[in-house]
Amino acid sequence: MQSYEHLAPSRAVKIRQRFVPFVVMALVLAMIPVFDPSRTMYSLMAAMGINIVFALSYNMLLGRGGLLSFGHAVYFGLGGYAALHAMNAIDAGESAFWSNYPVFMLPVVGFAMGALAGAVIGWPSCKRSGVPFAMISLGVAELVAAAGYMFGSFFGGEMGVTGDRMVGPQLFGLSMGPVEDVYWFIAFWTFVGTLGIYAFTRTPLGKMSEATRDNPERVQFVGYDPNRVRYLVFIFAGAFAGLAGGMAAVNYEIFTPESVSLIPSGLVLLMAYIGGIRYFTGPIMGAILLTYMQSMLSDYSEAWLLYLGLLFIAIVMYAPGGVAGIVFGLLDIFRHDGAREVLTRRVKQAVGVALAFTGLVILTEVAVRWSNGYGEVFEPFGLHLGIDTPLSWVLIVGFFAAGYVTLRLARNKEEETA
Amino acid sequence: METIVFSLLNGVIYGLLLFMLSSGLTLIFSMMGVLNFAHASFYMLGAYFAYSIMGVTNFWIALIFAPVLVGLVGAAVEKWGLRKVHANGHVAELLFTFGLAYLIDEVVKILWGRNAVDYRVPEVLDFPLFELFGAQYPAYRVFILLVSVAMLAALWFILNRTRAGLIIQAALTHPHMVGHLGHNVPRIFMTVFGVGCALAGLAGVIGGNYLVTDPAMAVQMGPIVFVVVVVGGLGSLTGAFLAAMLLGLMQTFAVGIDASFADMFGWLGLSATSEVGSITIASLAPMIPFLMLVLILMIRPRGLMGDREL
Repeated sequence: MQSYEHLAPSRAVKIRQRFVPFVVMALVLAMIPVFDPSRTMYSLMAAMGINIVFALSYNMLLGRGGLLSFGHAVYFGLGGYAALHAMNAIDAGESAFWSNYPVFMLPVVGFAMGALAGAVIGWPSCKRSGVPFAMISLGVAELVAAAGYMFGSFFGGEMGVTGDRMVGPQLFGLSMGPVEDVYWFIAFWTFVGTLGIYAFTRTPLGKMSEATRDNPERVQFVGYDPNRVRYLVFIFAGAFAGLAGGMAAVNYEIFTPESVSLIPSGLVLLMAYIGGIRYFTGPIMGAILLTYMQSMLSDYSEAWLLYLGLLFIAIVMYAPGGVAGIVFGLLDIFRHDGAREVLTRRVKQAVGVALAFTGLVILTEVAVRWSNGYGEVFEPFGLHLGIDTPLSWVLIVGFFAAGYVTLRLARNKEEETA
Repeated sequence: METIVFSLLNGVIYGLLLFMLSSGLTLIFSMMGVLNFAHASFYMLGAYFAYSIMGVTNFWIALIFAPVLVGLVGAAVEKWGLRKVHANGHVAELLFTFGLAYLIDEVVKILWGRNAVDYRVPEVLDFPLFELFGAQYPAYRVFILLVSVAMLAALWFILNRTRAGLIIQAALTHPHMVGHLGHNVPRIFMTVFGVGCALAGLAGVIGGNYLVTDPAMAVQMGPIVFVVVVVGGLGSLTGAFLAAMLLGLMQTFAVGIDASFADMFGWLGLSATSEVGSITIASLAPMIPFLMLVLILMIRPRGLMGDREL
């Protein structure tokens, strides 16, 4: 019999790829409070942690399972609502079980609720894949969102459900009051969620889900039922989304019916795709980037959604590997010959994109201020750029032209080398 | 009686608007396999273009030029955007149009503001046409009816009685064969995409002042258009027509019904004060399309009249 053992990754490779990254992640998470971040940074990092788990759970469907869902926020929202109701049960001391349940463990409730919702909704949805699956997820999301405003006792109507996280028994001596305590809570569950989702990709089910994505027919020949694989993956994806919802419930202490609507579902799709759905780390990068944009960029510019849409379209058109694809592509360059040439070309491309983008930013910012009609003008670096200032248009056209020419030069080089 | 007649009329008009919006998407979807997420955004663009053109000239010029402009924008999107993404598969295309919908929303907000614009029914058509059961019926609604029917007839004629229509129909099912016969399939795709968007734009021109013209109109209409296309079935304009009518009538009638679940299922012991009992049929109206969508996809994936599964 032929042996395939030499094909298996060596021990060193296993440690480098599967063990070291998590040690690094744990160290980074543990080191952050040493730098004494501000309150804003703490709340930003909490949002990032929640979104990392949420985007990773979404990628279990889109990246690993090949299932495009437009309703993933349903599981996030239901998990969050369940956790909040549990939090209120702890507060009220409804039963011996709840009065002894620490708030720290509430994401487990979210996880269970997400799994339950996934099991119920997934049963009809997972009979189909591809575009029909996407459409069913869209329909279900709309139905749940509409139900959100109808069933006030669970969703709390327009006001939503609120809770108080400083109740019940403490775990690890965390009162959950100050942001530092919440940070440890978020860091712990971000780590557990990431590790759990990574562990899932290593299970036979996780492997079968990738096989089902690539070739469902062949999966059938091997003796598996693709629908069953999809269904099981769907339940786990819903469960991890519920976990993220539970984290959000403790962090924000409020959930409104908006959290199950199409808007957060669309946002998590953007996070996963912009980050890169073919890489495990992609959604993590996407979640960090988009959360940062959402909270920081929205302070600087009203048009941040426009930039987000542009970024997304640019990724879909020119870099299907997402941010992770770009990062790993750059790392790859150094491993091959002729790194210098490739690198100069990439730098040229980056400069071209940056130039054109600057032109676009000026155009957008000038337009936004004109549209608001308060007589404000865009004043970067002490310049005065209004809609009727010739300088604005000179700059806009100039930057666009410069960017276009640079990109053109880079492309010509590419054709020559090819 | 009164409610029934009015619901019927309004339902038919809403259904025709829906059909006008979704006929283009059905063509695009059947031919290129692209479920265009931004289709309702083109509908919104139509309304806004018409509003701006009307500010300079009059409604009739807007009625002609706004859809043409929207069609050109659509063709440009196909040529420089969608065609590039095509190589990466259908999911990439779907995502591209998803991003495009975001983008068009934001651009509209910048150019025309965040609030609803004052896009009005032209004065020539702003009068009560006839009186029914003591209530006046606006002439503009009848105008919508006429334009929709005219468009329906024109579309039917072009697709079934002209050479171009025959080529399009062939390309719907056998794009490769049409290509082998020497037709420029990418150009056919671009034309169909442009025309489909122009139809959505036309729906926007005549629907924008009937409903509301604000940046949220695309988001409201978008998912419903999908429902029409999916329920109607791939490759079938007749199916889309039936689905649009069905949806239009069902939604309009549901809004008119004041009964609650307690009234209907009171004999089962459901009390009017309970949470489920107090839900009215009228409040369920927005859910009807999505219920239909999920049910059709589960029970009959081909849709009402589709010639193949999604």
